[in-house]
Parts: sequence; C-alpha cells; structure tokens
Amino acid sequence: MKKPEGHIDHNNVVISIRGLRKSFGDLHVLRGVDLDVYQGENLVVLGRSGTGKSVLIKLIVGLLRPDAGTINVLGQDVDTLTVKELDQLRLKVGFSFQSSALYDSMTIRENLEFPLVRNVRNLSRQEINRAVEESLEDVGLSQTINQMPSELSGGQRKRIGIARTLILKPDIMLYDEPTAGLDPITSNDINNLINEVQERHRATSIIITHDLTCAKETGDRLAMLLDGRFERQGTFDEVFATNDERVQQFYHYNFIE
Amino acid sequence: MESTTTKPDEAATEKPVVTRRLDRVFLELYNVAAFVSRFFKEVLMPPYEGKEIIRQFFEVGYKSLGLISLTGFITGIVFTNQSRPSLAEFGATSWLPSLIAIAIVRALAPLVTALIASGKVGSNIGAELGSMKVTEQIDAMEVSATNPYKFLVVSRVLATTFAIPTLTMYTIFVAMVGAFINVNANEATSFPAFIEQFFGAITYLDVFSSVIKSFVFGFTIGMVGCYKGYHSSKGTEGVGKAANSSVVTSMFLVFIEELLALQIVAALRAV
Repeated sequence: MKKPEGHIDHNNVVISIRGLRKSFGDLHVLRGVDLDVYQGENLVVLGRSGTGKSVLIKLIVGLLRPDAGTINVLGQDVDTLTVKELDQLRLKVGFSFQSSALYDSMTIRENLEFPLVRNVRNLSRQEINRAVEESLEDVGLSQTINQMPSELSGGQRKRIGIARTLILKPDIMLYDEPTAGLDPITSNDINNLINEVQERHRATSIIITHDLTCAKETGDRLAMLLDGRFERQGTFDEVFATNDERVQQFYHYNFIE
Repeated sequence: MESTTTKPDEAATEKPVVTRRLDRVFLELYNVAAFVSRFFKEVLMPPYEGKEIIRQFFEVGYKSLGLISLTGFITGIVFTNQSRPSLAEFGATSWLPSLIAIAIVRALAPLVTALIASGKVGSNIGAELGSMKVTEQIDAMEVSATNPYKFLVVSRVLATTFAIPTLTMYTIFVAMVGAFINVNANEATSFPAFIEQFFGAITYLDVFSSVIKSFVFGFTIGMVGCYKGYHSSKGTEGVGKAANSSVVTSMFLVFIEELLALQIVAALRAV
C-alpha cells in the first residue's frame, strides 16, 4: 500500500521531548532524549531490544515517570499533570500494546465498549453499538464481535487492540511492536492498517519496532535509539546511510533474520 | 555486539546478604502499607464501581456456595460425631446442641469459611490479577483513563469483605443442619428442642464477634490476593507464584487474626 502524502503539518509539534532521562536502578535506559513529533506524522522509533523504546512511549502516556527532562504532549507537560488532567490527556492518546492487552474475561464487544462507556457520558445503547461496529469495520473484523479474545489469532488480537484504542478517536496513536510475533503477510496487514489510521483519522503516530519492513512501510521519519539517545533521525535511507557499525549491524541482521 | 547498558545488580551485590534481605523486607512492608492505605483513600472517592462490586460479590459469594455447603455440612456432622464420646462419658450427650452451637458460631464457621475462601477466592484473585499484570491489561486500563486500582482492587476487596460474613452466616446454618441430622439420628432430639438448645447457648457477643471477625478475614483474603496479583513479576511463573502465595499468606494471616480475635473477645467477656 502506498503511503499517503501531504498530511504532515511541520508547523505543529504535538509531542516535544527534551533532555529525557530514565534509569531502572543502575540500568540507564534513556540518557537525554530530544524529539519532536509533528501533526499527522508517522514516526518510527527503531532500536535493539532493551534500548528503551517501549519505555519512551510509556513515559509519553504517563505510565512511567521520567528521572529528568520534559515531555510535552498536545501542549501539556505530562509530568506536571494531576491524575484527572492526565486521564483527560490519555483520552486523546491511543496506546496499542505489544501483547494486545485485550481483557480476556470480556468479549470483543465488551473490550471495545470498555473505554467508551467509562469515559463518554450520556451515550445511548445504539450509539455505543454503532461506535463498536464502526471500530471493528475499521480493522476488518466485524465478525468477531461476540467472540472471546482467546478465540482469536495473534494478528486478529493486534487489530482488535488497535480498534479498542481507535474507538475514542485519539489524536495520537502509540504502537508498541505492532508486528512482533506475526507472519509476514499478517505483518503487512498491520502495516497497512497503521497507514489507514494515519490517513483516515489524521492521527499522529509513534511506532516502536525493530522490524525494518514495518519501519519502511509505515514511517514518514525514523529515529534510531543508540546508547539511550536518538543519534540518527531521517527517512529510511538517510538513517541507514552511515558507516556506523551499530546501525549497519542492525540493518543486516534484520534482513538476515 | 556489546550491551550498551549497565547491569542493575552490580552495586547491589556489593552489599552484605543480610542487609540486602533487610532492604527487601522493609521495601515489601512499605509497599504493603502503601497498597492498603490506598484502598482506604480510593474506597471513599467517586466514581464508585457499583456494578463491578456486585459482579465480584456474585463471583465470590454465589460461586462459593457449593463448596461452602459441602464443607459446612460435613463440619457439622463430623464435629458432632467426634464430640459425642467425650460427653457420653459424663452422661451429658444432651448438651451436644449447646456445645456444637458454641464451637460452630464462635470458631468453626468463620474459620472454615475463611480457609475455603482463601483457597478458592484468594487464589482466583491472585491468578487473575497476576495474569492481567503480565499481559499488560492493567496498563491498558490505565491508559484508557480508568483507575485500575479502583476497578480491580477496591471492587474485589469490598466484595470479599462483605461476602465472607454472609457466607459465614450460611456456614453456621448448614453446619447446624448437619449437626441436627446427626443428633436426631443418634439421640432422637426433636428439631424444636435442638434449636432451643442451639440458640440458647450462644450470646449476642458470640454472633457479633463472629461477624466482625469474618469482615476482617474477608478484607484480608481480598487484599492479599489483590496485592500478590497486582505485584506479580513478569511471566507465567509469576502468575503461579501470585496464586500460590495468595493462598498461603491469607491462610497464615487468618490464623493470626483468629488468635488475636480470641484474646480480644476473651477480654470483652471478662468485662
């Protein structure tokens, strides 16, 4: 699928990160990260396992607190928000988990309804049903509405996880390893879905991955985490046009795998 | 390629083993205190998860009825049967209903109910929350602007706190039926006579202390299960450990609380 063009507003920074540091004990994961993400952009964050890619998006959504630095999302400094303000912000930021994180005691319908009924007041049953059906149509899985998460394949679970975040029509989407553990065809479906979300919902996205096919297919811009910092940013070709051994190893091993 | 990060335990391994263990104990105690105090803060603040509390009450209460019925009934029969020979030695088998009433209401019913609930409900809660933790479902709740502590922990702890006393009352009834069948078969005691002796032997303090004790047991079982599940480590092994240690810890605490309750009630009787 060809990526949509002309959708990025370079004058509108929706996520701005400055001097971000995060350690776990003596494990220094992020060592001064600076990053701007623009309205409508698909930014891919690349890096080896354990380099802090997932930590970065958990910091953006307030699941973790930074040791130092600032994270500004949609004009709000995440670390200074009250619980209520953070919840309001979270409604504008969708988070698709690596494990899909579907509530396994609920049906797909109940999974999708959950964020809606808890956060949007005065919705009629018909409006809830319509929103659930539309979200499922968006990801092409209308037939699963009454199934349990355990009855779905890995790819279907990923798509339902994305549908659950889309139901609140977020301005920003954060994808944590969207293609991890999936076969190439299902991965391609997920990549297409990420691009459709960008086009249809005009959403800004950060895609965390170490899958270079996913990065190439979905990313308008790539940022590579090396030694706790973004040392390389640009298009796919720009990021890998270097003799840096760490970057070259990442490129070659990815395609050999 | 060499790792770009520092290992977490390098500094920690320099500390003596005893110090490290003490650190862990105090950290755990702090975490428990913070977890429990958060409950009292969250339980009073809106929004109230009424629907989820009722659903959990049903899960804890209704779904334990079968097991509680069986164990309560058997407890009544076995205790009656085992007590008979001792009373028979003094020709006092007519006191059986009184003895049974005191034993069941004061100790057996609350204890049996709490131990059964520790095994069934405590392990369920520990495993369920542990599984939700390791599969990031708790994080998913948080990012969808839902307070997972309130939705998952407060609702379950409230459900167990109110379900266990209800189940205890039910256990008293079922054990009484079991005891009556045994007494009726052996001593040919009529139902009205049995009931008269049974309720004549117990006081308001017996019933009151039994109910209060059951509230404490229920709170403990819910809180331990939730704490273990909520803090389970990554992986399926962590889920198993959470379920297992929920049962062991809550059973241990139930016995400690029973011992404390015994002292308090004895002091009240002496007043």
